[in-house]
Amino acid sequence: MEAAAIAVKNLVVTRGGRRVLHQLNVDIPRGHITGLLGPSGCGKTTLMRCVVGVQRVESGTVTVLGDAAGSAALRRRVGYVTQSPSVYADLSVADNLSYFASLFGASKQRVRKTMSDVELSDSANQLVSQLSGGQRTRVSLACALISEPELLVLDEPTVGLDPVLRAQLWQQFHELADSGVTVLLSSHVMDEATHCHRLLLMRDGSFVADDTPDALLSQTATLDLESAFLALVSDRTDSQEA
Amino acid sequence: MSLRIATMTVWRVLNQLRRDRRTVALLLIMPSVLMTLLRYVFDGSPMVFDHIGVTLLGIFPFIVMFLVTSVAMLRERTSGTLERLLTTPISKLDLLVGYGTAFALVAAVQTLLTCATTLWLLDLHVCGNLSFVIGISVADAVLGAALGLLVSAFAATEFQAVQFMPAIVLPQLLLCGLFAPRDSMASWLDAASSLMPLSYVVEALSEVARHAEATAILWRDLGIVVGLIGVCLVLAAVTLRRKTP
Ligand SMILES: Nc1ncnc2c1ncn2[C@@H]1O[C@H](COP(=O)(O)OP(=O)(O)O)[C@@H](O)[C@H]1O
Ligand SMILES: [Mg+2]
Repeated sequence: MEAAAIAVKNLVVTRGGRRVLHQLNVDIPRGHITGLLGPSGCGKTTLMRCVVGVQRVESGTVTVLGDAAGSAALRRRVGYVTQSPSVYADLSVADNLSYFASLFGASKQRVRKTMSDVELSDSANQLVSQLSGGQRTRVSLACALISEPELLVLDEPTVGLDPVLRAQLWQQFHELADSGVTVLLSSHVMDEATHCHRLLLMRDGSFVADDTPDALLSQTATLDLESAFLALVSDRTDSQEA
Repeated sequence: MSLRIATMTVWRVLNQLRRDRRTVALLLIMPSVLMTLLRYVFDGSPMVFDHIGVTLLGIFPFIVMFLVTSVAMLRERTSGTLERLLTTPISKLDLLVGYGTAFALVAAVQTLLTCATTLWLLDLHVCGNLSFVIGISVADAVLGAALGLLVSAFAATEFQAVQFMPAIVLPQLLLCGLFAPRDSMASWLDAASSLMPLSYVVEALSEVARHAEATAILWRDLGIVVGLIGVCLVLAAVTLRRKTP
């Protein structure tokens, strides 16, 4: 079997004096969409920061595409979209994309292609500060897509978007996965989870499940993932109290 | 380091600045306006204006570039773009040199305007070569920018960044020789002032003001200023962490 895209071993992270990730272990397969789901504050962003190598970790290892997370070789191969859009609000859409393209030596043609992929060609010359929230999210996404990364780490990419746009983005994520890109994305909304190939359910800095959406439903004998998550959490609480 | 990435960063920073018309106007015009004000404050004593004016040619760009650069870099950090950049192939030095160069270019334009106003319109008298005045002022502006980049690593908010101005620049202003000659200060203050970058800028400028030819002290001071720019940039690169808590 091909080595995992992301291998996390005994990962412990402390932030602000509190332990935020507790001894995490997981292998994330290549070419799949893996959804990291869990309530706000459970540690999704922190785990993603570990994967892209900007989080100081206390112990444990994170291996990404065969190299230590954050190593120089990975910076061309991994794309990261932060939770709040991190683009230059005082530049136009095209200027933002061109700048990020220049960091990777990507062509002008690639800039145009990416811009049309996220349907922003019409707003190319608009300042980002004048865009709607959904448009800003797409600019931020486009800045990560521009380098054609092998691994795409997306922190809550569809939060606050309208349903049409959300559907479009999911279609795009699936096209990327079909072309071999590994996608790791997070959400605190459970109904997003059905679109993922694989789910990692997280709570208070630990995983409570790692399986396909269908397996989770049948395992918990529930009809939707929201109930499945609640069932898994209460199971765990019961067994801890027992 | 990649020349391409650093150059594109210069463009990007200038492009951002260009959209902020009011800041550009203030940056370019303010020092000239203040110099004009000063000229008429010392209307009756042109000798005093000659002395203070040439010193201020070194002080204005330093303060302005320090402030602007530290706030710009802090903005990069708080907007999340810094975190994102550090996951891309850009090196820390590319980013810092990009910022430093962008603001150095702005500083060069600012300095040319201020020098033009002061030397020709306001008749400030210097004995030495004008190109030295301009060269020192630009080096000094870059020093301000480099120090701003370094200091912004220690500021969590824009309030803090602005407070670094009185904390780091005002002591240098007091001790640089503008208010009293350095050798007339208490000896411990004189010693302290010789550790401060601005002292060398002011000394170099007053050498140009008093001597027709470039002096050894002038060259030494200019060397120190250029060296300090390098030291600040390297320290800024060291304090800029890819991994944060
Ligand atoms: N910069 C920070 N400093 C200290 N603690 C933080 C910081 N950012 C997040 N935390 C804490 O880490 C925990 C996990 O946060 P986060 O990973 O952002 O969760 P999520 O993305 O799942 O909402 C939370 O308890 C949060 O309070
Ligand atoms: Mg989060």
